[in-house]
Order: sequence, then structure tokens, then C-alpha cells
Amino acid sequence: MTFPPILAAASTTPLVVVSIYLCILLGLALSSAKLFRGTSGDYFVASRSIGPFMLLMSVFGTTMTAFALVGSTGKAFGIGVGTYGLMASSSGLIHASCFFLIGIKLWSLGKKYGYVTQIQFFRDRFQSQRFGYLLFPILVILVIPYLLIGVIGAAKTLIGITGPKGPNPGMFPEFFASSNGAVPAWLTGIVICAVVLCYIFAGGSRAAAWANTFQTLVFMSMGLLAFYLISQELGGLSAAIEQASATHLVRTVSEGGETGVPQITFLTYMFIPLSVGMFPHLFQHWLTARSAKSFRLTVIAHPICIMIVWVPCVLVGLWATGRLPADTVSGAVLAKTVGILVKDPIVIGLVTAGILAAIMSSLDSQFLCLGTMFTNDIVLQGERKGRFTDKQIILIARGFVVAVVVLTYILSLVLFKKNVFDLAIWSFSGFASLTPLVFAALYWKRATKAGAYASVIGAAITWFTFFAASGFGGEYTIGGVMPVAICFAVSAAAMIIVSLMTRPPEPAHVERFFPKLG
Amino acid sequence: MRKVIALIAIVMAVLHQDSPDLVFGFMPIGLFYHVCFSICCAILATLAIKFAWPTELVEWAENEDSE
Repeated sequence: MTFPPILAAASTTPLVVVSIYLCILLGLALSSAKLFRGTSGDYFVASRSIGPFMLLMSVFGTTMTAFALVGSTGKAFGIGVGTYGLMASSSGLIHASCFFLIGIKLWSLGKKYGYVTQIQFFRDRFQSQRFGYLLFPILVILVIPYLLIGVIGAAKTLIGITGPKGPNPGMFPEFFASSNGAVPAWLTGIVICAVVLCYIFAGGSRAAAWANTFQTLVFMSMGLLAFYLISQELGGLSAAIEQASATHLVRTVSEGGETGVPQITFLTYMFIPLSVGMFPHLFQHWLTARSAKSFRLTVIAHPICIMIVWVPCVLVGLWATGRLPADTVSGAVLAKTVGILVKDPIVIGLVTAGILAAIMSSLDSQFLCLGTMFTNDIVLQGERKGRFTDKQIILIARGFVVAVVVLTYILSLVLFKKNVFDLAIWSFSGFASLTPLVFAALYWKRATKAGAYASVIGAAITWFTFFAASGFGGEYTIGGVMPVAICFAVSAAAMIIVSLMTRPPEPAHVERFFPKLG
Repeated sequence: MRKVIALIAIVMAVLHQDSPDLVFGFMPIGLFYHVCFSICCAILATLAIKFAWPTELVEWAENEDSE
């Protein structure tokens, strides 16, 4: 996926609009940082004080990456109407189920025993400190590509709106001659990382929740704005769909196999949304909830929010099949459709701001969660209570957040020309493969430490085998079956078989996680 | 009631698997079906919260006598 030009002529207006958006975001997030209470509990989980609406916005904003706006349009342009069922409606069912079945229970245990990270819960549940050292690098390796997608995606978006258009030079030919006048990737990366770092450094989880709320509202409304303006330019909804390619309006695989979705792929794709059960950054958001009741709005409204974002984008992708050449790069479809049909530089700036909002609402949570994990699961692990003061813990966490941001920035420059966007589906597949671990930990008393090790190792080996077979990140299925389905099955089977073959955990210990209620 | 909710969720997962017809003159029926599915997910979530809410677990967690 790439994010190419969307302007007919280089105008600085879109960049001004984007700059205004970034200033508002920074101002709002830094204002919320004034509410920071100065404790590590506030920095990591906002003192467990986030209410229903902000929890919904921060969870939804974190879950939806740039793929929600750019990828959904491009995918619908590529494979047709099946995109919505493949990725959006399945997520509506499975995300809500995960929030209800995993989120509320983990929040309850986190509240009771003071967990801040996933690994703290798993170490306690399976009575193994070493288990954390197995799981930690796996989670970090799976989050890193997710971060890179955001930083590289933002850089390519800005190159698109500031780069040369045909014979005309880019927006700043005197300043950035080496990039043909486009704002170079190194500068966009610095700005995006610096903006996110500023408010994460200052306010931690609370600032991230406020920023995510604003960003989610921005990308939802900008998607709807683009949808409305494009439909008007095409003569209304009915006229717009009439000029779409007929093969894109059904899910049947076309003769050449270019459009449509094979039935087995459609079925096994349902495993991908299970990844939300193991996202470490989402786990941290769950723990910020003021009470379990805060989850109610998130569980109910999440499928509707997905619908509000995805339906317009999928329809725009279908309409574009009648306007753009078939070989258009999928990541360029939304941008080109806006550029060709709407042309207004202010609208282009607003849509670009929406894309950046979708990117940054995931970036901030991921930066924060990696800093939190390094601090709590590595540095503080095994240290006696009181070894570090609260101020020292916050300082360590901030140091790690800065280190993660710098590392991500450097990697984004090194890998800028690589197609890291294909890695997104592999990242999600990896997290989804680990979901049997969290289900067993929460719902199966008989799950043992050995079973947990077997489950994680089984998932990791299977995932890496398919990842290598794909050429390290390309599109890959096994006879139409998504690799995630096999990884999930191996992980679940390993957990069940090995747990049944090993000694069950002590009843007194199990009772801590399965209290006798009522 | 929790078993009924779980059964409905399983049936919905099957129904998710789900013609060039247009609904309302602009929406392909394959998309319309899944839009209805999304709305049903929200309704199912509402039912789950109303009838399967883990009240006792939440009260246990929110008990002031925290560990």
C-alpha cells in the first residue's frame, strides 16, 4: 500500500490545514496533561478513571488504523463489495465479543490485583516469572511493524500532497530539492513522532485517551465528509453506483480471480479480528476504565462505529472502479478519488488530517504500551516494592517511551522503501494466534503453566513458518485458508493437550482467578 | 440466559457467511446484508449486557477490600 499524490497542482493550503489540525491536537492533549496526577498509576492507566464515551473513542480509535480509511477504500476497489463482510462486519461481532468476554474479566482482575500490563496477569496466573520473558519479545516484535505502518504511512501521505504533480515541482522545491519539493520522510517522521511524544511524555495514558477521543471524531467525520462530497460530484448515490464495475458488486470470484472473495478465505478471515484479545495497547486501555459499566457503551457502539467508518469508504472504493484505471495502487484510491472529483485543497487537507488522525490514534497507545511494558515487565520485575519511588518509575517509563519513539523513527527511515504495509495482516495474525492463551487463562481452571508455554511456542513456530513461506510479509494463503486459522488451531490444541498431560495448578491459586461468587 | 446469548452469537457467526441486486437503489445487497448484520451485533451486545452482565464478578473486583 502506498499513499501517492492527490493534488492537481501544488498548493500549500492542504499542508496548512494539516498543520492547524496538529496544533489543535497538541494543544488539546497538552491541556489534558495538566490533569496528570503525578503518580505511576495515573501515567500507566489514568488512575482507572476513564468514563464510557472516552473509553469507546480511545478503544475504537486505537483499533482502527489508517487502514480504516485508506485500506478499506483500496480493498473495495481491488476485490469488491466482499471487503465489508470480510473485515468490518466480522470485526463488529468478534471485537464486541472480545471486549465483553475478555475485556471486562481482565479489567476485574486488573482492578483487584493491580495489574498494569498483560504480562503481569499471565505471570501471576501461570505462576511463572520466566513466562514473561518468553511472551515479552513476541509481543514487542508483533507491535513494531504496527508502529512502522503508522510512521511510514504518515510520511507517504505528506509526500503525496506536497510532491510534484506532472511537470510542476513539489510544494517546496528550494528547501527540499532532493525529494523534488515534497516534504521529505525524515521531516514528517520527526513531526509526527514529536507531536505524539510530547503528549505521551507529559500526560501518559490520560493524555492518550483525550487525544484519541479528538482524533477518532476527526477521522470519522472526515471519512463521512469525503463520502458526501464525492457522491455529490457523481450525481448522487444511485448515479454513483451505476457507473461502478459490475464484477465488484458481487463476492463471486471473477474469471481471472481479480475480484471477489473465495468462500474459504471469507470464513477463515474471521480469525483475524480475534487479535484485539491480545493487543497489549488495547489491554492498557481496558484497564483505564473507571468501572466495568464504562465497557457497556464500548461493547454496544463498537459495531456501529465500524459501520459508520467502513460503509462510506467501501462505497467510495466501488464507485472508484468506474473512474480510476484498474492498475491504480490500492492505497491511492481514496486520495485520487478526492483529488479528481472534489479538487478543493481545503477538503484535501481535511481528508489528509483524517488519515493522520487514524494513524496517530493508534501510534500513541502503542508507544505508551511499549514504554509501560519495558518499565513494569523488565525493569521493575523482581525488584522489591519500594526499590523505586513513584517519580523514578515515571521517569523510567518516560525514558523508555522516548527510546521506543527514536527506535521507531530510525527503523521507519531504514525501511521506508520496503512495503511494510503487508506486515499489518501478519501482525494481526500473530496476536490472534495468541488468543487461546488469554481465553484459557480466563475461562479454563485446568490450564497449566506448561500448557501456556506450549500454546505460545506453538503459535510462534507456526506463525513464523508461514511468515517465512510468504517471503517475510507477502500475501499468503494455504489453499485459500488464512494462515491465522491454522496458527490459532495449533495454539489452542497445544494449550489443551499439554495442560491435560501436566499436573493441574493448586486449587487455592486457581481460586484467586475464579472466585466463588454469590 | 447466558447460554441463549452464546447460542445466538454462534448462529450469527454462521449467518455472517451469508446477487447483483441493489437495495434502495444504491447499496449492493451483499453490503446491505452485512450492514444489517452490524446492527444485529449491536443488538446482541445490548442483550448480552442486559441479561449476561457479570454482576457478581464486577462487585467482587470493585470490593474496597482490594488485594
